[in-house]
Amino acid sequence: MSTVAAHSTHDNPGDDHGHGLPFLAHHYDTPEQQFASAKLGMWIFLGTEILMFGALFCAYAVYRHNHPEIFLFAAENYLSTFWGAVNTCILITSSFTMAWAVRLVQINKIQPAVICLIITFCGGIGFMCVKGIEYEHKWKDHVFPGASNKYSKVYTGDATEKFQAIEAHGEIGAMEDGAVDPHGTTAVANTAQEHAAEAHIAAIEPVVVRPHDYLDPNANTPDAAKIQPNFNQVVGLSEALKHGTHVPEYKDMGKLDQDRVATFFSIYFLLTGLHGIHVLVGMALIAWVTIKTVGGNFGTVYYTPVEIVGLYWHLVDLIWIFLFPLLYLIH
Amino acid sequence: MEPTVTHLETRPVDLGKPQHHKIEAHAHAVPFRTLLFTFVALMILTMLTVASHEVDFGSANIWVALVIAFVKASIVALYFMHLRWDSPFNSIILVTSLLFVTLFLGAAITDSSEYQRNYTLPTAGAPVQQ
Repeated sequence: MSTVAAHSTHDNPGDDHGHGLPFLAHHYDTPEQQFASAKLGMWIFLGTEILMFGALFCAYAVYRHNHPEIFLFAAENYLSTFWGAVNTCILITSSFTMAWAVRLVQINKIQPAVICLIITFCGGIGFMCVKGIEYEHKWKDHVFPGASNKYSKVYTGDATEKFQAIEAHGEIGAMEDGAVDPHGTTAVANTAQEHAAEAHIAAIEPVVVRPHDYLDPNANTPDAAKIQPNFNQVVGLSEALKHGTHVPEYKDMGKLDQDRVATFFSIYFLLTGLHGIHVLVGMALIAWVTIKTVGGNFGTVYYTPVEIVGLYWHLVDLIWIFLFPLLYLIH
Repeated sequence: MEPTVTHLETRPVDLGKPQHHKIEAHAHAVPFRTLLFTFVALMILTMLTVASHEVDFGSANIWVALVIAFVKASIVALYFMHLRWDSPFNSIILVTSLLFVTLFLGAAITDSSEYQRNYTLPTAGAPVQQ
């Protein structure tokens, strides 16, 4: 039996205002009020966590609404239902042992409580190991975030020459000595050199650089009949999935499909990566609480940190309960 | 009259039954059987989720998965997170945040449906349409 209750009644009688509860802060009337306040504060924090993940789920929802074929492809080729289910079972079991640990601390069974907390921590380790196994497959195929960031492509091709010419000749019509033109921008060529530069720049064919040009295989195609609406464009992937023909591998796909798959994986890695970071933070909190429990700081009288860390761990489980069907079970 | 908290129970009390009305230093501990049944229910629902993946409900696929996920989440919140025995204010916080997430997603998806099909590429050389 723990002697936590005995400690709390005998330590520092001058500090507890005579109520024998050193953990009771002076601005609370009763331990129950303090406990309820701690829980309320934690729930407000959990509310903000739900809103944060809600934003990521919104990105998921919008992109899946617009490109269901990408999600189907990724779920079938990259997301293993087996490992997702294993992760779900690991997290649910660790939630169970966490809630059990809270109960055990409440009834002063400290030794079994520590064992439960350690099992919960191991559940977190198992979850991150499975996550590593899943991420490895994607790393090999170069579908990690950033791999497809080729924003510099906007400035390649026909646009480069014009941009380079503008940059090389400097600002046309600049005032001498760096003075500010009181009439606003007057890019008027003054010298013969600037006139020549202006003529050179004007001679380069103007190119309308649209933000999505680099995604569009039809860019710069003179034949108007070939140009189709970008988002409705018939691409190999959606056609293949619709007609059940051979679905290409990622490296064999058209550029447009590859970029869309890369966008999906940005969403995927942000969702599961942020969740993984939360798992790691939860593991650190559980380790801290376990050490304090072993040190005899908690018992029937005071167990608030165990309860609060438990709430955080259950939220991590909650988020995964929604992530699993949305990412892995798509057909 | 002395407040009751100065006389603390130092031996474990039978917490098998919820003790809502006694003011004491320790609050309600969830009975082990409740925790166990909650765990079993969650595992069964997980297996149900995976099994429902084998069946094709057409466009209702995602809704079936989400309904099961919602039931699982409710069980975790009510029993593991103690909301069933807590002050209802904690539940209000959870429900309110979920409400706002639903509003967010609903508005975003509705907006996507409105405009997505209307984009067309301008022909080469023509000014960009606004």
